[in-house]
Amino acid sequence: MTDLTNLTVAQIRDGHRAGDFSAVEVAEAFNANVAGAKALNAFIVETPEHALAAAKQADADRAAGSLKPLSGVPIGMKDLFCTNGVQTTAASHMLGGFVPRYESTVSQKLWDAGAGMLGKLNLDQFAMGSSNETSYFGNVISPWKRKDGGNAALAPGGSSGGSSSAIAARLCPAATGTDTGGSIRQPAAFTGITGIKPTYGRCSRWGIVAFASSLDQAGPMARDVRDCAIMLENMAGFDPKDATSLDMPVPNWEAALSSDLKGKTVGIPKEYRLEGIDPDIDAMWDAGIAMLKDAGAAVVEISLPHTKYALPAYYIIAPAEASSNLARYDGVRYGLRDLPDGAGLQDMYAATRADGFGPEVKRRIMIGTYVLSAGFYDAYYTQAQKVRTLIARDFDAAFAVCDVILAPTAPSAAFGLGEKMADPLAMYLNDVFAVPASLAGLPAMSVPAALNREGLPLGLQIIGKAFDEQGVLNAGLAIEERAGFTARAEKWW
Amino acid sequence: MTDYRIKGETGEWEVVIGLEVHAQITTNAKLFSGAATAFGAEPNTQVSLVDAAMPGMLPVPNRECIRQAVRTGMAIEAQINKWSRFDRKNYFYADLPQGYQISQLYHPLVGEGSITVEADEKAGIPAPKVIGVERIHVEQDAGKLMHDQHPTMSYVDLNRSGVALMEIVSKPDMRSPAEAGAYVRKLRAILRYVGSCDGNMEEGSMRADVNVSVRKPGDEFGTRTETKNVNSVRFVMAVIEGEAKRQVELIESGGTVVQETRLYDPDRNETRSMRSKEDAHDYRYFPDPDLLPLELDDAFLAECRDSLPELPDAKRARYLAAGISAYNADVLTAEVEAARWFDALLDAGAKPVAAANWVTSELFGALNRMGRDISDSPVSPAQAAELLGLVADGTISGTIAKQVFEKMLETGDGAAAIVDRDGLKQTSDTGAIEAEIAKVLAANADKVAQYKGGKEALFGFFVGQTMKAMQGKANPQVVNELLKKALG
Repeated sequence: MTDLTNLTVAQIRDGHRAGDFSAVEVAEAFNANVAGAKALNAFIVETPEHALAAAKQADADRAAGSLKPLSGVPIGMKDLFCTNGVQTTAASHMLGGFVPRYESTVSQKLWDAGAGMLGKLNLDQFAMGSSNETSYFGNVISPWKRKDGGNAALAPGGSSGGSSSAIAARLCPAATGTDTGGSIRQPAAFTGITGIKPTYGRCSRWGIVAFASSLDQAGPMARDVRDCAIMLENMAGFDPKDATSLDMPVPNWEAALSSDLKGKTVGIPKEYRLEGIDPDIDAMWDAGIAMLKDAGAAVVEISLPHTKYALPAYYIIAPAEASSNLARYDGVRYGLRDLPDGAGLQDMYAATRADGFGPEVKRRIMIGTYVLSAGFYDAYYTQAQKVRTLIARDFDAAFAVCDVILAPTAPSAAFGLGEKMADPLAMYLNDVFAVPASLAGLPAMSVPAALNREGLPLGLQIIGKAFDEQGVLNAGLAIEERAGFTARAEKWW
Repeated sequence: MTDYRIKGETGEWEVVIGLEVHAQITTNAKLFSGAATAFGAEPNTQVSLVDAAMPGMLPVPNRECIRQAVRTGMAIEAQINKWSRFDRKNYFYADLPQGYQISQLYHPLVGEGSITVEADEKAGIPAPKVIGVERIHVEQDAGKLMHDQHPTMSYVDLNRSGVALMEIVSKPDMRSPAEAGAYVRKLRAILRYVGSCDGNMEEGSMRADVNVSVRKPGDEFGTRTETKNVNSVRFVMAVIEGEAKRQVELIESGGTVVQETRLYDPDRNETRSMRSKEDAHDYRYFPDPDLLPLELDDAFLAECRDSLPELPDAKRARYLAAGISAYNADVLTAEVEAARWFDALLDAGAKPVAAANWVTSELFGALNRMGRDISDSPVSPAQAAELLGLVADGTISGTIAKQVFEKMLETGDGAAAIVDRDGLKQTSDTGAIEAEIAKVLAANADKVAQYKGGKEALFGFFVGQTMKAMQGKANPQVVNELLKKALG
């Protein structure tokens, strides 16, 4: 019998539907993998009983002929999504032991679709980081190793590093992620998996611990494009509880998947050709261009002239919003409270927040507080908002001549844990290709396209027009079919 | 112009006043959450996950709150901004769960408008005065700290957290405590007419931040202080009076007024410093990224406008045009319930002038005695119209009407029924009246002589005696005529 944990979401769904195996068998297989992969530290909380209960229900539903879209599929849930009765921490000491009495809209939709939960996935603290090294619950380790004879532990990317590591290591077939400035796409690229950040507003933010409200967007991470389409269909949808939610019908993305790109035009942004970039990245990009041509697309060079301002603008806007969004963690109502003897309210705030937030979170709160303060607001925040508008206009102009944009997901392959922690700017640079689409609210996806000379996966990014997830998925599928990316990390854990 | 002046040692000082009134919007739900807003509920029973700022919770604007603020803006003929936006005002306090208040700094919902206060000679307002309103914006209220529940801890009640407020910001156009008092009363009346705020100052539904500065007439504005959360018209006036005097004394003794926030202590009738500008918060306002800009369409605005009732100024003008005295018109329009009751009385056919006199004297007097509100008046407008109709058509006299009204209050019966049952119909039977007049004049021959000798004031005495003899049921006009003839 095949190893059930090697199956994709679609294969599990279809095999279960056909009666090839039971959902309980699937859940038990993944539960066993999760239990056996402590070394990866991908999960903060494991919930095998949740996965099993959903599996039993799925088997009963099959018997009753009332299967749901994700019946029998167990998934991982990034620990940024509030889950009723299950600890939700955002990987921060600040929320240690916090158990919500409510369920995020996105996770509720997934449960309603029949999915089960294998556990809560580790992440960068409050989703702030690009390597999953800022979690209070420890680093997540990538299952991948460099083929250089060394044994360096590699970063799974961030902030959705628990999700990427767990999928790459076959601990779950799919997981939720959130992407504020690349937090789905960059970890997907680092671990040889697929992930899509939909158009801002597609997935409700209700019940997701907020980092930067105008940028945060949930999306799926999985092993291939089809699975991302299936997952996204069951995560997206208008939510009256989120004022920024898109009031549009959810397309049937899976059914409309097509890798035939005849009549489509792909834009190649010249500003994304960086001086001194890893030649493997450029080679992969060129290969990707060839693959899309092969799929029938025309290719044009485009210009996104304000690209170089995207990262600085992002690192003003996101911390500004975060500094305000994280003000609610004050020790008064829930989560950590540090109340020194004889302390007053201000002392409690100071002690609680000093103890509860990690260094990267503090850094961003301070940056955000600074750029919003009187005297600096116009020079930083207002200016950054103008840049944001210009970046959105760049994309509008580009999409007048092309349907999707192809670029690398990240400027490098996965780096070693600890390699960039001393230099926050080097870490932030990792998001240079991901951030512009976030600022413009556009759908963007990473698909694995090649291995670099060290044997590490590299991802190609497809950016689409607002609401055109289908165009992004289809271009992604065209690459997937041609790249033939079958490499996987050898099990060492 | 008011001539209110503070007399200092160096001469006269003018007071400059601006008010920021916070009015709680009358709705069943909070500004950004579905939680209820009942006053006086058990602590922390009117709190949603959003109000408690639980992780991942998001605000969603309550359309009814926006509608009420727009209607209020329309009622003061203000500019309505079809595009406005919410901003976050960031500060830490235990009664502010989000760590920020959602408000509108940069793009308020309502722009400039105005409120006219009526002339009030006695209060030193010789002519009607137009007070400018700078803006109205909507924002969230905070919760409440309770310091008396535990020896070492403070408790937090979040029932008010997230409740919708309108902040109505006046221009610094007022020049006396009386003008400020009249402004608050007029604003309160308008809010209550519109139905956007119940105006209940004791329950905190309406409270004012009072900005006061002083200057020599003709000089530039002085430095102002802001006294927070003043919750009655009387206190607003007291704060202005006290603060103006304090500032004048301070300046004249060589000091300078510092821009600061002050608190009013009603028990000691004085203000004290809360914090100065130096340690003022940097609120780090920025647009709330959880909310899209608020865009109002024409249909929404049309509905807001069409749903506005007749407002105090229009109503007052209508009453004046009907011949009602300015004083009565003011009294009748001051409270929306009284105005509505009075309009119902007119609709039931009562004559405006007589009805106004009767309501302001007889009805209000009776309600006052009974300690009741006009909204639970024991007499309905239709019943009152019936009573006034009997006076108007001469069926009963004004004096008898008072008796009938008392019986209506006692028994709840209709006026006509009481008049019939008790035989109170007034008579114009000249024969009967002449007979009584003859008796009165015969019994008071000395007074008749005095009257004829020129003491005409005695005429009233004869009228009174005759009416008394007729048990009040004689038509007074007929009595007058017949008496004149008999004495002539």
